[in-house]
Amino acid sequence: MDLNDLARSSGEWLKGTGPESDIVMSSRIRLARNLSQFPFLSRADDGVRAEIERMMRRHLQELELKGHLNYVDVNALEGLDRQFLVERQLISRELAESHGSRGVGISAQENLSLMVNEEDHLRIQVFQSGFNLERCWEEINRVDDLLEERVSYAFSEQLGYLTACPTNVGTGIRVSVLLHLPALVATREAQKVFHALQKIHLTVRGLYGEGSQAMGDFYQISNQVTLGKSEAQLLKNLRDVIPNILEYERRVRNQLIKENRPAIHDKVARAYGTLRSAQAISSEETMQLLSHVRMGVNLGLIDDLDIPIVNELFIQTQPAHLQKLRKSHLESAERNSARAAYLRERLARN
Amino acid sequence: MKCRNCAKVATLHITEIVKGVVQEHHLCEDCAKPFLENPHLGAKSAGVPAGPTTGGATSSGEAPVDEQDRLICPACELSFREFRNQGRLGCSHCYTAFQEELLPLLENIHGDTQHCGKYPKRVPEDNQRQFKLIKLRNELREAIAEESYEDAAKLRDQIQQLENQLSGDATR
Ligand SMILES: [Zn+2]
Ligand SMILES: [Zn+2]
Repeated sequence: MDLNDLARSSGEWLKGTGPESDIVMSSRIRLARNLSQFPFLSRADDGVRAEIERMMRRHLQELELKGHLNYVDVNALEGLDRQFLVERQLISRELAESHGSRGVGISAQENLSLMVNEEDHLRIQVFQSGFNLERCWEEINRVDDLLEERVSYAFSEQLGYLTACPTNVGTGIRVSVLLHLPALVATREAQKVFHALQKIHLTVRGLYGEGSQAMGDFYQISNQVTLGKSEAQLLKNLRDVIPNILEYERRVRNQLIKENRPAIHDKVARAYGTLRSAQAISSEETMQLLSHVRMGVNLGLIDDLDIPIVNELFIQTQPAHLQKLRKSHLESAERNSARAAYLRERLARN
Repeated sequence: MKCRNCAKVATLHITEIVKGVVQEHHLCEDCAKPFLENPHLGAKSAGVPAGPTTGGATSSGEAPVDEQDRLICPACELSFREFRNQGRLGCSHCYTAFQEELLPLLENIHGDTQHCGKYPKRVPEDNQRQFKLIKLRNELREAIAEESYEDAAKLRDQIQQLENQLSGDATR
């Protein structure tokens, strides 16, 4: 698979389509699975890791999926390419930063990724643009069934699918949605919302998962519990709660507009102006300004820009993407001017 | 410092005094949540599990901590102490080897210790019925809690049917 081909598109989770896509960037489900005949990875030596990788690679390549699955040997990739896959959410930072035999199978539309030798032997992920958890579940359940015909998963009748970390045992499922909440963040209402979510056992994370900063007002909401509830119940929990957050974000947006349209318009227009004319700009500032612009487009304050282009800019201005597009290694300062140049060119073309 | 329940970085450091014994808990954000909501968990037993600091306060008849530490999984030779330090189990048999120690931890993380979701098709048919039963009973509880009585009635019928099948098999 040529990663340079991927670099030119923006993948499923940034398509900017699907239900509620003004606020819900994407829906994602992942399943953690282990093979019954091997120890978990913390007790697997290089030989065992290599055996698991060889075996899973073969199964993934033979899997009867609708589309083609590309297998990438992550161990053989350069650091920049691994970072690139992390930015696209196709692999986790953990997989990128660990060592030894490991890999990932990626579908052509980038809506399915199967990580081999991450924290568990297998991590399956399915993405959908917008708010569409059911589609994600149908798809991932089907892929999991197909794999189950080929391999024997570690499973116990009491504890379900056995995982390396007890926080994932049972269903091994993490159901999550990625939300863009600029108005709730600006009015400091977001903290209250997150606090309420934690009380009902939902976890809030930044864009790139655990420990990552919430960049550009993006937050991932997901289930914390994996044992004792069925996949359907866990899905339903999230599906029932998210509409309340969406409604809240929209209400605050409208309120902001009603109370202070000139100030909001000014903030949005300045953000847009900076992105179109800056000569050097950091990744963080870009994310923050794109967040304002994204809200501006959704509120009708910017009319010559579409959400898919804004989403594309979010990903293409990330450090590894920028370097792949430029086809060269860039130091931080060089990246900042390359990023500004890219934004000027892309937004002028629009 | 690592969280004592899992491999994440501990961000919350909680000190409490239980029966005159000072206890320190180093937890990540996720693991700290149930603890903060119910601080008694830490004192009572392995709710916040099996750290050396809970030793003085364990009164529920569990193995003393140094005894727990000596536990070793026969399949992968991971010790319970290593698990506590790294937060990862070594193999699927660890769940059996450390069952007594893990169940309170699982109860604390998930609020439950019985799986009720998907199961592999290769699981024997009888056990599949058991799973289905657990799942239906679970759904029944929720239906009643949500006052969806129509759903509850349907679920009750399904449960009854399954129970009959299971007892029928047992007497055959
Ligand atoms: Zn933890
Ligand atoms: Zn073991």
